[in-house]
Amino acid sequence: MNALEFLAWVRGPGLDLALAVFALGVVWRLIEIYTLGRKPDLAPPRRVPAASGWHTLWRRMLPPPGMFRRSPVSYVGGYVFHLGLAIVVFFFIPHIQLIKALLGLSWPGLPSPVIDAVTVVTLAAMVVVLIDRVRRPVKRYLSTFEDYFVWVLTFLPVLTGYLAVKHLWLPYTTMLALHILSAELLIALLPFTKLFHAFTAWGSRWFNGEINARRGVPV
Amino acid sequence: MSSTALQAHNSTRATRGASLERAVEVLKEVIDAPIASYFSSCVHCGLCAEACLFYTETGEPKYTPIHKLEPLRRVWEREYTLLGRVKKWLGLSKPLTDEELGAWRELVYDSCTMCGRCSLVCPVGNDLVYMIRKLREGMALAGHAPPGVVAATRRTVEIGSPMGIRWPAVAAQIKHVEAETGLKVPIDQAGAEYMLLLSSMEIINFPEYLSAIARIMHVAGKTWTLCSEAFEATNSGIQIGVSDIARVIVARVVNAAERLQVKTVVSPECGHAYFALRWDGPNLMGRPFGFEVKHVLEVLDEFRVQGLIRTEGFEEGRLTFHDPCQIVRRGGVIEPQRHLMQMIARDFVEMDETGKYNWCCGGGGGVSANEEAEGLRLAAFKRKKAQLEACGAQTLVTACANCRIVLEEGLEHYQMALPVVGLTELVAKHLAQDDGRRQDEEG
Repeated sequence: MNALEFLAWVRGPGLDLALAVFALGVVWRLIEIYTLGRKPDLAPPRRVPAASGWHTLWRRMLPPPGMFRRSPVSYVGGYVFHLGLAIVVFFFIPHIQLIKALLGLSWPGLPSPVIDAVTVVTLAAMVVVLIDRVRRPVKRYLSTFEDYFVWVLTFLPVLTGYLAVKHLWLPYTTMLALHILSAELLIALLPFTKLFHAFTAWGSRWFNGEINARRGVPV
Repeated sequence: MSSTALQAHNSTRATRGASLERAVEVLKEVIDAPIASYFSSCVHCGLCAEACLFYTETGEPKYTPIHKLEPLRRVWEREYTLLGRVKKWLGLSKPLTDEELGAWRELVYDSCTMCGRCSLVCPVGNDLVYMIRKLREGMALAGHAPPGVVAATRRTVEIGSPMGIRWPAVAAQIKHVEAETGLKVPIDQAGAEYMLLLSSMEIINFPEYLSAIARIMHVAGKTWTLCSEAFEATNSGIQIGVSDIARVIVARVVNAAERLQVKTVVSPECGHAYFALRWDGPNLMGRPFGFEVKHVLEVLDEFRVQGLIRTEGFEEGRLTFHDPCQIVRRGGVIEPQRHLMQMIARDFVEMDETGKYNWCCGGGGGVSANEEAEGLRLAAFKRKKAQLEACGAQTLVTACANCRIVLEEGLEHYQMALPVVGLTELVAKHLAQDDGRRQDEEG
C-alpha cells in the first residue's frame, strides 16, 4: 500500500468504520448507563432557588471556592486543552468541510494562523497536564494504563494535524493519512474509554444537581 | 428484620463465601443510572482528594474519594459495561474477593465521614458520597463494617439506643429538667404539635438540650411531647450501611409519631439523625410520612420569624459556627443557624469555608464510634483547627452532639481552650421571658 492508497483507505472505508463504531458505541453505552434507572425519592423535597440539575450542569464549569488554589494546573490546563481541542476540531476550515459533507451542517471557520496558534497552545497544555499527572502524587496514584493511553490517543491527532498542515517530518500525503487514522482511532475508541465523559459528564452533573436540589442544596 | 450484617461480622471462614456472594449481589442491586454515569465520567483528575480532609491532612493518595469506591467500580465494570462483560465472558477479569473488600474497610469507613464535600467539587459532577453510602451496604453485608459501629447498631436494635440507654435514664433526666425549669416535660401526649427526639449523646452528655427545649416551647406557647417508645433519633444503621436495620430504627419513630398524631417530629442537634429521618426515612419505609420532619434549627428559626421567641443580651467575645455536614451540606439547613447566631452574638464570624462548603469535624458517618479510626480522626482535625485559628473565635457553636464531642476531643488533643456550645442552649439562655406579650396579643 502506497501513501495514496493509504490516504484513500482512511478517507473511505476507514472513516466509515470509525464512524460506525463511534455511533453504535455511543448509543450502546448511553443505553447501558441510563436505562439502569433509579428509584424515585419519596422524601418531600425542599425547593430553593438556584438548586437544580440544570444549575449544576453549568455551575460545575467553574472551580468551587478554594479549589483553584489547591490544584491550579488541573483547572488552567483543563480549560486550555478542552477549549483548544474544541476550537481546532470545530473551527479549522477543512474540518468544517468534512462535517458539511457528512451531515450537511456548516458554520464559519477561523483563519489558519489562529488555528496554528491554538494548536500549539493545546499541545503545550496537554504536555503540562501529562507532567502534572506524573508528578502529582494523587494523579499518579489514580492513573492506570488507560489514562496514559487515552492521552496518546488525544494527543496524536492534534500533533499529526499540525505536522501535516506545516508539511513537517513526513511527506504531506502520508502525514495527512496518519492524521486521519489517528482521529479515527480516537473517535472509534471514545465510547469505550474515559473519553466517554464527553457524553456522560452532563448526565452526571444533572443527577448530582437534582439529587441534592431536592434537599435544598445548590451544588 | 434481617440482622445478617450484624451476624456476618462474627461469621466463620465457611460462611464468609456466602456473605461475599450476597454482598456482590447487593452491590449489583444498588448500581443505578447515576452510579453508572458517575463511573463513566471519572477522568482520574484527583480533584476530589483536594476536598477530602483525610487526604489534605495526611497527604496520602489512597484517601482520594474516588479510589475509596474501587470495589463498587469493579462490580459495575464487570457486570454493567460492554467491555467488562466481554472480559468476564473470556475469563479475563477477576471477581471481587473477600480480601479485597476487607482491605477497603479503612478507606470506606475509617477515612470517610460521608461529609459529601467531594460531591461538591467533582468537575464532571460525580456525587461520590451517594456511592459511598451504597458501597457500605455491600461492605456491611460481607462483614467488613467496623466493630465499634456494628456494636452501636446492635445496641440500637436490641436496647433502643446506640449507647445502650433505656427509657428510665431519660425519665431520670426529665425529672431533673422539671425540677430545674419548673416546667412539665410532656410524655406520650397524643395530638401535640411537636414530637421531640433526642440523641443518646444529649441524654448522657448534654442534658442542657432538653431543658432548653422545655423553656423555648413554653415561651413559644407550643404543645410538644417526648415518646417513651421512640426517643432515640440516631440511626447507626445508616452509618454502617444496612438499610433493613436502618428501616427498623426509623420505623420506631414513624409509628410513634403517627400513633400520637403529631404534626412535626423535631430532629435533635444530631447530624445523621436528621438525614436518616428527613431524607432517607421515607425511602427506607417506602412511603411518605403522615407528619413533617424538621431539624430543631428550622423550628427555632420559624419561631423567630413568627415572633414567638425573642432574645435579650449577647454572648461575650467572638463566636463562630461549625456547620454539621449532614444538616447543612447534606441536609439543606443552611440559613436558619445564621439568623439564630445573629440573635445571640454581637461578634459572629464565619470560618473561611463555611455553609455548604464547610469542613467536617472528622467524626461523622460512624467514624467517632470506630476506635480503629481514632488516630486518623485526630489527624483530620487539623483542618478544623486551622479554620478556627484563622477566624479567631473564642467560642465555637454547633448543632450536632456528635460534632460537639469530636470537636471537644480534637480541641483537647491540640490543647486549644475553646468552649463548644450547642446553639439551641444559647438561644434558650438568652430567651426573653415575655409570656405577657404573647398573652396580650392573644387577648
